[in-house]
Amino acid sequence: MSQASTEIVRISGHAGTVPGAGINREFQVCKLVDTTTCIGCKACEVACLEWNGYPFTATSFANSYQTMPETAWNYWNLIKFNEHERPDGTMMLLMRKDQCMHCEDPGCLAACPAEAAIVQYANGIVDFQEAHCIGCGYCMTGCPFNIPKFSPARKVFKCTLCNDRVSQGLEPACIKACPTGCLHFGTKSEMKELAETRAKQLRDYSGFPDAGVYDPAGVGGTHVIYVLHDAKNTEAYGGLPEDPHIPWSVQLWKKPLKWIGNFGMIAGVVGVFVHYLRFGPKVVKEDGTQPSPGVSK
Amino acid sequence: MSREPYLLPNGRVLRYTFRERLVHWSAGASYVYLLLTGLAFWSPWLYWIAVVLGGPTISRELHAWFGLVFSVAVGLMYDMWAGQMKETPADKAWWAAIKHYIRNEDEQVPSADRFNPGQKLLFWGFFWNGGLLLISGLILWFPQFIPWNVRALRLAAVLVHPICALFTIALFIIHVYMGTAMERGAFGSVIRGDVSRAWADTHHHTWYQQLLRNSTARK
Repeated sequence: MSQASTEIVRISGHAGTVPGAGINREFQVCKLVDTTTCIGCKACEVACLEWNGYPFTATSFANSYQTMPETAWNYWNLIKFNEHERPDGTMMLLMRKDQCMHCEDPGCLAACPAEAAIVQYANGIVDFQEAHCIGCGYCMTGCPFNIPKFSPARKVFKCTLCNDRVSQGLEPACIKACPTGCLHFGTKSEMKELAETRAKQLRDYSGFPDAGVYDPAGVGGTHVIYVLHDAKNTEAYGGLPEDPHIPWSVQLWKKPLKWIGNFGMIAGVVGVFVHYLRFGPKVVKEDGTQPSPGVSK
Repeated sequence: MSREPYLLPNGRVLRYTFRERLVHWSAGASYVYLLLTGLAFWSPWLYWIAVVLGGPTISRELHAWFGLVFSVAVGLMYDMWAGQMKETPADKAWWAAIKHYIRNEDEQVPSADRFNPGQKLLFWGFFWNGGLLLISGLILWFPQFIPWNVRALRLAAVLVHPICALFTIALFIIHVYMGTAMERGAFGSVIRGDVSRAWADTHHHTWYQQLLRNSTARK
């Protein structure tokens, strides 16, 4: 991204080592959502709509604070509210900002058949190029987090992690709007360190022995990570999957089945051609001298 | 126009009626379109096919509609042919002699009725795989209406659809090869409808003999 262009690889006519050689700059970006300090104000939801130019759409009411049941094609950022009952009978309002997780191993990209419709950048952002989208919806099946959604024109849209802002050195719009500082943006290693520090604080001083960081290994880690009070009960946070991975049926389809199928189709065409070379056609003698099949038996 | 095959006066036999040929080619044309566009989405190496056929988005949309055309054609085939495609005890002997059939040693192959057991396999293969392709295809067409808690349907569909398609491709390769190159006279029979009496007697002896008996009975 913008950082990438500043690292020098070679310099013409230069004696000695390249300035800065050996310095590893980290390009991987990450959004940290600390669910333990979120107050559910929805400023991030509004900031997302504002920056991306979508109108505020109709909301639904289901005896909860939640704006709508799930994210929409033009509503990429949604806080999931859950009135969670703890084992001791007390109530706890869990609030998790739901959006695209920007997986290191993205299921949407694995499932997509359209050339260049989904791009994964070196900084970890997974972005949809709607101009190349063919509207097949395979990304919706490949995603373990239920994020891509069809627009009325049957193109899929989702959170871009504000790729347009990040490439200009700005932080995503939702981060900018958060009043409590529960949203952070930086490099993956910095965010991971901050998240672990916060989780340890929750474990040691705040009475949450199971507090932890959500950075699921099943999808190779994500570029949106969470701090949870109870990392052993991720489902309580609005259906956050405990061990997300690219669905096995998508993996079977895109790997072994594809190669078995390609081999089979080529073998089939070659096979019938070789059969023709070896045995030739079945030609009927029109003078009536051809023995009828099975008659001799 | 007759609904049944019969002996033509000029030493020919009507093998496929106009209705049969029309349904066959409706299925054939829609299948070829489905195969080409399907292959385009199967492999990035073949994505260019969708570009040539008017663009990937239009190919994706029309693939679904042609799937409906194909399904209707297969349904009409079932209506026309299911009775004649029933497995009979004689089929076992035919399959036992498949080696001779493949090696063109046809005098050692039991005689066949209107459709030989290989053709029956083709028919039922397309019928059952076609049915599964239709069901999985409808799920793939409308994924937005499959709720998240039953997404197993979607996950099954992305696997069932290509597997069934591959089975039909195997049948299709053999069918096209036999119908054009291997069985001389077969392609003409599904275009013009007729075959020679020698052809009918060689490839579908039981059927031809029945036609002869029927025609003498009529006289």
